[in-house]
Formats: sequence, C-alpha cells, structure tokens
Amino acid sequence: MSSSAPKLCVADVSMTFKTPTGAFHALAPVTLSIPQGRFVSLIGPSGCGKSTIFNIIAGLLEPTGGRVLIDGIDATGTIGRVGYMLQKDLLLLWRTVLDNVILGMEIQHVPLRAARERALPLLHRYGLAGFEYLYPNALSGGMRQRAALLRTLLFDTDVILLDEPFGALDAQTKLKMQEWLMQLWSDFSKTVLFVTHDVEESIYLSDEVHVMGTRPGRIIATIPIPLARPRVRGSVLSGEFLAIKERCLELLHLDTTASQAVNEAA
Amino acid sequence: MTAQDTTPALRARAMASLHRAQAPHQSGAPAGKPVRRLPVQKDWPIWALVAAQIGILLGALSLWEIGARTGWIDAFFWSQPSAIAETMTVFFTTGDAWTDISFTFRSTIIGFLIGTTAGSLLGLSFWWSRNYAAVVQPYVICLESIPKLALAPLIILVFGIGLVSKVAVATALTLVVSTLTAYAGVKALDPDGEKLFYSLGASRLQVFRKLVVPFCLPWIISVLRVNIGLALTGAIVGEFIASQHGLGRAILYAGQTYDIALVWVAVLVLSTLAIVMYAAVSWVESMLRKGVRQ
Repeated sequence: MSSSAPKLCVADVSMTFKTPTGAFHALAPVTLSIPQGRFVSLIGPSGCGKSTIFNIIAGLLEPTGGRVLIDGIDATGTIGRVGYMLQKDLLLLWRTVLDNVILGMEIQHVPLRAARERALPLLHRYGLAGFEYLYPNALSGGMRQRAALLRTLLFDTDVILLDEPFGALDAQTKLKMQEWLMQLWSDFSKTVLFVTHDVEESIYLSDEVHVMGTRPGRIIATIPIPLARPRVRGSVLSGEFLAIKERCLELLHLDTTASQAVNEAA
Repeated sequence: MTAQDTTPALRARAMASLHRAQAPHQSGAPAGKPVRRLPVQKDWPIWALVAAQIGILLGALSLWEIGARTGWIDAFFWSQPSAIAETMTVFFTTGDAWTDISFTFRSTIIGFLIGTTAGSLLGLSFWWSRNYAAVVQPYVICLESIPKLALAPLIILVFGIGLVSKVAVATALTLVVSTLTAYAGVKALDPDGEKLFYSLGASRLQVFRKLVVPFCLPWIISVLRVNIGLALTGAIVGEFIASQHGLGRAILYAGQTYDIALVWVAVLVLSTLAIVMYAAVSWVESMLRKGVRQ
C-alpha cells in the first residue's frame, strides 16, 4: 500500500438502535482517518458511542450507515480484521497464560507448536516470564492485562483497538502499564485506536486525541498532540501538556452542560 | 439475712474482677461488664471419634437384639441382627446376591451414562440457536415438572421387564437434570467472551469447541454426584414395578413374603452399592475438576 493511504478509515459511520421507546441515535456520522503506525485516542463521557465505534470497526456490529476501510479496502461487517481488546481481560480460566496468548493464532489454524514457539520469547520479553504455565487466576490484574494485550498483538493484525484496557487497574499499575504499552507500540509499530476515560492517559500516549460528545455520539474536536517522543513521565506537568489537558477538559465539560440543557428542556 | 450476708461478698467479688479487668489496661471495658473469653472447643482425637461412632452402632444393635429376644421388640416385623447376619451369609453363599447386585449396578451405570451424556449435549445444543432454545425450552420445563417416577409403569410396559426398562427409568431421571444444568452453564456464558472469539475471526464451531464446551464443563461435572443417586433410584423403582432380578426386586419380594431379615440384607447391600458408586463418581469428578481447572 502507498504510505499516503490511511491504514484505517471510518467513513461517515452512523448507528441507530431500535428500542421499545423508538429509535435511539447512538452515533451521528463519524469520520476517522488513521495513518499507519499512529496512536490515536478517543475520549468522551460514557454513552458517547466509543464502544459502538469499536464494535463496528471489529465487524461485530453492522452500522446503519457508512463504511469501514482498512488499507482502502471495504471491511464493513467482516470479523478478524483487527485486534480488539475489551476492557475485561477475558482470559480463559482453563488455559495457561501461554495457551491464552496464542488463542488468536490457534483460531487462524496456526499449528499449536509453532504458535507456542512464537509466543514464548514475547512472554519472556514483555514481563510474563515465569508465568507462562500458570493459570489466569494466579495472576494479578496488571499481569492479566499484559497477557490479554499480548494475545491481541499476537493476532497479527496491523490495527489494534484497545477499549479502556487499564480502566480497572490501580493508579500505580496503570502508570507502569502505560510505559509497557508504549514499549510494545514502538517495538511492533501497530496502528492503535485507544479508548479511555482518562484525559491525561490519552494525551500522554497518543499522537492525536478525538474528543467525543453525546446524544448522538459524535466527534466534537480533534486535537493533535505535538509532544516529542519518547515521552517521559515529567512531561505531564509541562505547560504544553497542561494546556492540551485543559482544552480537552473544557470540551468535555461543554458537552456535558449542553446535554444537560437538552435534558432539562425535554 | 442471706441478702445481708451475700451483698458485701458479691460487691467485693465484683470489685475484684473490676480490678482484674482494669489492671492490665487502664481504659478497659466499662465498669460492671463481665469479662468474657472466646469459648473454645477442643477437638477429640480421631480414635475417640471413631470409637464413639462404633460404640453407638454396637449399642443400637445390642439393644435391638436384646429387645427382640426378650419380646420387647416384635421380631416378626422388625427382625433381629443375628437373623439378618444369618440371612446375609445365605444371600451371598447360596442366594442371588451377585446376580442382583450386578443387575442393579448395570442398569444404574448405563442409565447414568446415557442420561448425563444426552442431557448435557441437549443443554449445550441450546447455545447454537436462540430460536431453537426458545421453542424447546417450555417442553424441557414441562419435562422437569413431571414426576418422572410416575411414568415408570408406562416405561416398563413399553420396554418390557428386562434391563432396558430399568435403564430407561434411570435415564429419564438423570437426563433432565443434566439438560437444565448444561443449559444454565450456557446462559451464564459472558457475551463478551463470544465477542472476543468472533473479533479473532472464529467460526461458530470454534467458539463452541474452544469456549462453550470448556466453560460449561464445570456445570456438567457438578451434577454427576446428584445423577448417580437419581439413576440408582430410577433403577430400583423400575425393579419394584416389574423385574426378575435386582436388589429392588429382592426387597419387594422379601417384603411380600414377610422375610424381613432379607429386606434388611438387601437394603444394606443396596446402601453399600450406593456408597461405592457415589465415592467412585466423586473421585471421577475431582479428577475431571483437576483437568478443567475451574
């Protein structure tokens, strides 16, 4: 593919759900264009359709309108094209960490032995050495998230979707996991679409942040993050960082008050 | 008089305990509150427990025997331990003991295997189609609410008085339990788990084999012990109604001929068989649990 074509393109995707009380407009036409190797975040209040977008991109939900293009090819409604990590780690309790991590390859009919041989060095390299043959119940939340993320990466797709992967972790573990994710991202050069509630997290990790609004879910602003990489923890206190954060918070706040006004009028 | 005598003594004792309570730490319990310690039960050693258990058994048997001999207990209706022991020897040496045991054992095990396997498969099959599950569900619930044992006479009529009819009753009892339990497992499946599999490009068969079946296995395993008991009940009831062999038939026959000692013998043998099968299934269950890790 030419490098100019976006890796992932969400073109005018909209979604309306039928509910007993009438049609619910979950997603106004949303357009996103993400070049190869970018790290892009979506932030927004709950109910702004972040997960709906992800389900549509992953082919788990047929959009009411619009198309999803991967490498310029229509991929609307097809599964297995992108790696998708849900907020829950969803590790299979009856499989060892190693056998959990190779699930994607196994489903794609890679022979088990080859899949394990590929996965083992990665488990060692990315902080799961010594855990390969343990069962998920023996792991801490952070370790389980690592395993889930490696499972997504080993699925071998260029695009990966991460839906609040660190939402359930404590603050310390979360910071550690963010560094770990940055490491993985630079090693594997994947195109990442990341959903989070945490404004600071989204700015710290991303090249670009899309701020979403509710009723209907839509993108209200796109903010490029010009901070240099590799980023250091201290940068979250820099004036530039704080200015971006303030802008994001303001946008989110505006949307909240606007939707409250709509609610009160209704 | 007594009140005058005791009051100062009581007061003195109360003061003393107050001092004791307050002495180690100044800000202790409020004055007047009794000092109480955690009641501790001391465990008996194993041999003492076993000795007590055997003692109770021997005591009850001796009372029974003595009662029967002195005429205090009617030995015609209740029989007596010595007669039961004698009948037991006869039952095993010249009687049909092994034929009966083997007959009941076979019908129980075969019914258990068929009922559990078919029921689990039926329950799992509800995962494949929501529409199919919705259509079939009322029938399964009906089948559950029917007292299956009430159908036993019909089953005997259809399948004859041989082994097959006992297997059929045992199957009828176990099948529904396994179906409902496997279906409960299917319903407890996290939809996000399926989402994960489909996002990895899985086919429905792959989701079934790699997610649904292993997830539901603990459910299926959990009813094995219940089912072995139900299968035995089914086999015995089948034998009660019409049979040529089996421990159930032996009990019925002995009762009808007032051979009360033989009733006791057959019940004892049946209980032993039940305990052995229960223990075996528990062992299988623990092995399987280790295998599926949940």
